[in-house]
Amino acid sequence: MNIYTLLDMMASAFPDRVLCQSDDLRVDAGALARRAGAFSRRLQDVRAAAVVYLGGNSVALPISVFSAALAGVPFVPLNYRLSSAQLRDVVVRHEAAAVVAAPDRADQVALASQMVWSPEQVIAETAAESNPEDWPDDPDRVAVLLYTSGTTATPKAAILRHRHLVSYVLGSVEFGEATADDAALVAVPPYHIAGVANLVSNVYLGRRVVYLDRFEPDGWLKLALNERITHAMLVPTMLGRIVDRLEESGTPPPPALRTLAYGGARMPVRVLEKALRLMPNVGFVNAYGLTETSSTVSVLTPEDHQAAMASEDPAVRRRLGSVGRVLPTVQIEIRSETGEVVPPGAPGEIFIRGDQVSGEYVGRPSVTDTDGWFATRDRGFLDAEAYLFIEGRDDDMIIRGGENVAPAEIEEVITGHPAVADCAVLGLSDDEWGQRIAAVVVCRHGEVASASDIQEWVRQRLRGWKTPEIVEFRAELPVTSTGKLLRRALRADLEQVSR
Amino acid sequence: MELRPGERLRSVACSTEVIVVRARSGDVDLGCGGSAMVPASAEHARAELDPALASRSQIGKRYVDKAATIELLCTKTGEGTLTVSGAALVVKSARPLPSSD
Repeated sequence: MNIYTLLDMMASAFPDRVLCQSDDLRVDAGALARRAGAFSRRLQDVRAAAVVYLGGNSVALPISVFSAALAGVPFVPLNYRLSSAQLRDVVVRHEAAAVVAAPDRADQVALASQMVWSPEQVIAETAAESNPEDWPDDPDRVAVLLYTSGTTATPKAAILRHRHLVSYVLGSVEFGEATADDAALVAVPPYHIAGVANLVSNVYLGRRVVYLDRFEPDGWLKLALNERITHAMLVPTMLGRIVDRLEESGTPPPPALRTLAYGGARMPVRVLEKALRLMPNVGFVNAYGLTETSSTVSVLTPEDHQAAMASEDPAVRRRLGSVGRVLPTVQIEIRSETGEVVPPGAPGEIFIRGDQVSGEYVGRPSVTDTDGWFATRDRGFLDAEAYLFIEGRDDDMIIRGGENVAPAEIEEVITGHPAVADCAVLGLSDDEWGQRIAAVVVCRHGEVASASDIQEWVRQRLRGWKTPEIVEFRAELPVTSTGKLLRRALRADLEQVSR
Repeated sequence: MELRPGERLRSVACSTEVIVVRARSGDVDLGCGGSAMVPASAEHARAELDPALASRSQIGKRYVDKAATIELLCTKTGEGTLTVSGAALVVKSARPLPSSD
């Protein structure tokens, strides 16, 4: 099993089907297979041990993904918005990696020149094409490494093997089901599991993917119109902005759009109801999943959305705020703190099992137990018909705009400020981002700092998107008798105050 | 032979290739076009296609036995019929899958 087999099948059966495009370049299945073959030979020439991808969304992305698969090395997409220091820290872990990055990013991480290609070079240098003939078949080989924030400051690399991704694709789509008229608009970044999973699924479906590198509502709407987009995938923040734009401009939604999938963070029901109203011909799909589960494990289908909207029964209506039911190939359990499975309606931690579930990380023991159950660290419950409702995180992770932000990382930085004695960083609920970042700061005796002092301090060290939007000063933080921070109580307190 | 999920197998009587998606444990008599299938990378003499087992295997389709304990995904089309213990496998009924991609 190798994800390349999925592309090989499409290249055999539908070689002329356009699979991806960016900047006016359209690449069909046959061409993508040959380009991947060409780049994989370059990778083998330089004995690359991995493909680190620091590019954005473009045709270079699928070429890089499948060439890594052909060469039998991991594909490692990185968040290019990380600071230079953080990028260097991560890149240094991948000795002998080939890097795909634009020249300025490559400089940022100061890499040896023979192992770096810009995305444009990946595209230009694979135009001379020839067919791949053979590729590694071991289903246990690592396909992708995805960095995900843990609760400590250092990001960890989640391991997804070929068998995880192939199981996911085969469990959720059928071969060649898309028609040549279908087109998917992808604006989610390549370092997100949704971007990776979506790429492989669309290849297997035979659906043309149109890449949008930088999301902005007008650009998205224009591209959706011009390319007659039929399928779209968005994080809730993006959908919120698009819906606001449609409302304020009064323009109709893109006419060819049939299906819109969203996920990655909590979708405010208010935004969803507005979207359902403004886009009545679009089927909405809510997808819940994690990096460690190869993305989606649970889906709220278009029919589920319609049924909930149309129902008088509050139990059905509230399913609009659920993440639907698990895939047929996935099992779910809600467990109490003591590990017992709880009955429908009762909250607990969400456990998932299935062939697409990994739970392995580089340099750490697997968190999936010997029976294959993976603890998601998400809290929730199942209703009487097995619809899954997510209540929040069991750990302290903040999820802002679809991305994990570890409080510990920001707390460490803030506590480094000369005027600060202690601090706690929390996520407060936010209609636009899912959560916003709040910092509660205790200043050293006799010292004083302003909110903007703290924000600037963080911005310089961690970049803008991890800067707390709210900074509150207190004389002390609430702690237990043993000094443990009462994080939940503090959060509840701030939620009240910020209303 | 023992079937392992993820394993690639091929027919010796035609061009059919499959991946094992699901399998029961123990020895399975898996055939295509009348001859036993072999690992995809194995060398093997070409066998004659049994005309009674030439109903074609189609790329992208999943084939299952009656008990649905064995599931194969056809990754290359070929003339032969896929069989377990001589009984033809059937195309898995396409239940709409709840995709989010």
